[in-house]
Amino acid sequence: MALPVVEISAAIIEMSTPLLIAALGEIFVERSGVLNLGIEGMMLVGAFSGFAGAYFSGNFLFGFLIGLVVGMSIGALMAYLSVKLGVDQILAGLAIWIFSIGLSTFLARTILGIAPGTVTIKGLEPINIPLLSQLPILGPILFQHNILVYLVLISVPLFHILLFRTTFGLKVRAVGENPKAADTLGIHVHRIRFLCLLLGGAMAGLAGSYLTVARYHVWIEEVTAGMGWIALVVVFFGKRSPYRALLGAWIIATGFSLRYYLQIAAFWIPYQFILMLPYILTIILLVGIVGKEETPAAFCIPYKREET
Amino acid sequence: MKGFSSKMPSRSILLPPMAILLALAIGALTILALGINPIFAYAALFQGAFGSLHSLTETFVKASPLLFTGLAAAVAFRCRVWNIGAEGQLYMGAVVTTWAGLTLVEVPAALLIPLLILLSFAAGAMWAVIAGALKAKFKVNEIILTLMLNFIAIYFVSYLVEGPWRDPSGITYSPPLTTSAWLPTLVSGTRLHLGILLAFVCAVFISLLFRKTVLGYKIQAIGANPEASRYAGIEVSKTIIIVMVISGGLAGLAGMGEIAGVQHRLMSGFSPWYGFLGILVAMLGKLRPFGIVVASILFGGLLVGGDAMQRVGGVPAPLVFVLQGLIVLLLLFYEHVFARFARS
Repeated sequence: MALPVVEISAAIIEMSTPLLIAALGEIFVERSGVLNLGIEGMMLVGAFSGFAGAYFSGNFLFGFLIGLVVGMSIGALMAYLSVKLGVDQILAGLAIWIFSIGLSTFLARTILGIAPGTVTIKGLEPINIPLLSQLPILGPILFQHNILVYLVLISVPLFHILLFRTTFGLKVRAVGENPKAADTLGIHVHRIRFLCLLLGGAMAGLAGSYLTVARYHVWIEEVTAGMGWIALVVVFFGKRSPYRALLGAWIIATGFSLRYYLQIAAFWIPYQFILMLPYILTIILLVGIVGKEETPAAFCIPYKREET
Repeated sequence: MKGFSSKMPSRSILLPPMAILLALAIGALTILALGINPIFAYAALFQGAFGSLHSLTETFVKASPLLFTGLAAAVAFRCRVWNIGAEGQLYMGAVVTTWAGLTLVEVPAALLIPLLILLSFAAGAMWAVIAGALKAKFKVNEIILTLMLNFIAIYFVSYLVEGPWRDPSGITYSPPLTTSAWLPTLVSGTRLHLGILLAFVCAVFISLLFRKTVLGYKIQAIGANPEASRYAGIEVSKTIIIVMVISGGLAGLAGMGEIAGVQHRLMSGFSPWYGFLGILVAMLGKLRPFGIVVASILFGGLLVGGDAMQRVGGVPAPLVFVLQGLIVLLLLFYEHVFARFARS
């Protein structure tokens, strides 16, 4: 059986979108020296609040905005604990995750009632880009998606420029590599890390609301289903740079979208092995067999001025 | 990793109860906001978790994997090895348990169950040692490594139950294990299985390990200061690997308990994140075996009592996850305040 390549390619672009949104934020978080293990929770709470926002206002843009703001507030909580107080990032992140699973499900059952999946919203219509969407092959793959898909693809170079070509990006990287030196130069280490976590939380919240508002049009409990963790893999695999993260997100989305086709076609590679591939490649990358992995020197280390 | 966790757990034993009380108070206000009497709701939660023989056994059924994974986290964290891969190690323990339960059908229970214990410990340990060895040899960040290995194990189980071990009924789980691989129940008519006893035994062992053995001393010395330990002649790399063996093995036992004791077959997503919850349990128990026993029973009780609170009190059960997360967040906050107070 021949695989429907065009449909699969279009699905890859769509499926990589929420991964990429969350990953772009997390790149800044990690570059500043923080690991956000609460990302899955931030996505989940963003997914619910985005859905609720779109449901009660009837406007999907308002939904995205709510998802973004709520995700950002959870990011602020993470920043307060891990940056301001300097507590263990792993524990803070995991606690925020469990807290968020509870919070999103609790709020949903309280607000929407016990039976999830019955309340739906009018979702996003795909926007066909004039002319371009008529192109053979490329048209259906690239130019017949919802608005966020385009925005994210445009954001990848913008985030790259922000990280590598602006003063802010330089400060972020300095804070992640050598916070003490950055501090000596008058860069506010805590402020930069705080900002990065706000950005990371906002992007995670937006990514979550993408799932409920743009993709499923319905609230499902634990809808993110590990998507936040996968966004972390995208970041690790992408060596914390936007273009490589795009590549990582596409590889993982390939596994997702092939899943259904391979099951139907009974293809000889189980889709799970394709899904494992980025994880295995990331480990190989970490060990240094393929290229050099550049973890920020101050990764996971809280910065405390009085100790220096 | 220098300065990673700013402090080893502080001395005060009062902080966890304080965090629990404040979390419960915040929960009570939330319940009140729903227009429900919080005393009534909490009574239902307590009754549902500890009020009858049946509910008590269910609490211990949930506490069992949490105790294993909590101990797993404690052994590693005491050495400042950040094994957050208990989830994957648990899955690998479940895989070998299922393998033995599906293939060794002729073996009598008296032989098979000890074998399951050994095999699942070995499988969890092996999965953890991959990360331990790479950390020891290449100085790779074990946080990322163990996190990655979790998901490889989860996909591997998904592959097994949808592929070679798929039940003929067509649903994506394995056929049931041979009954001689089922852990005996401790109280007839309940699901309370041998696993909880094994977990208690492990808690005693780990306690002895920390307090009475040279290895335990080395582990804590490395945790306190890896550089000084190296100068003092402790083989840091070797100890890290041993720590990963013990930590991963304990998590593997959790997987064995769930498959051989509760589910009796392998399926995707059989663990509601016991591996990660164990890290929170270990934290709440201040990385001490006795504290972890108490914390695992508390978390297990919350999971079981939450359903009763929903049924009887009308409060959505997921509130217990909010409480679990809040307890640890508040504890982190208190520890910071306490450390600061102690300094000044």
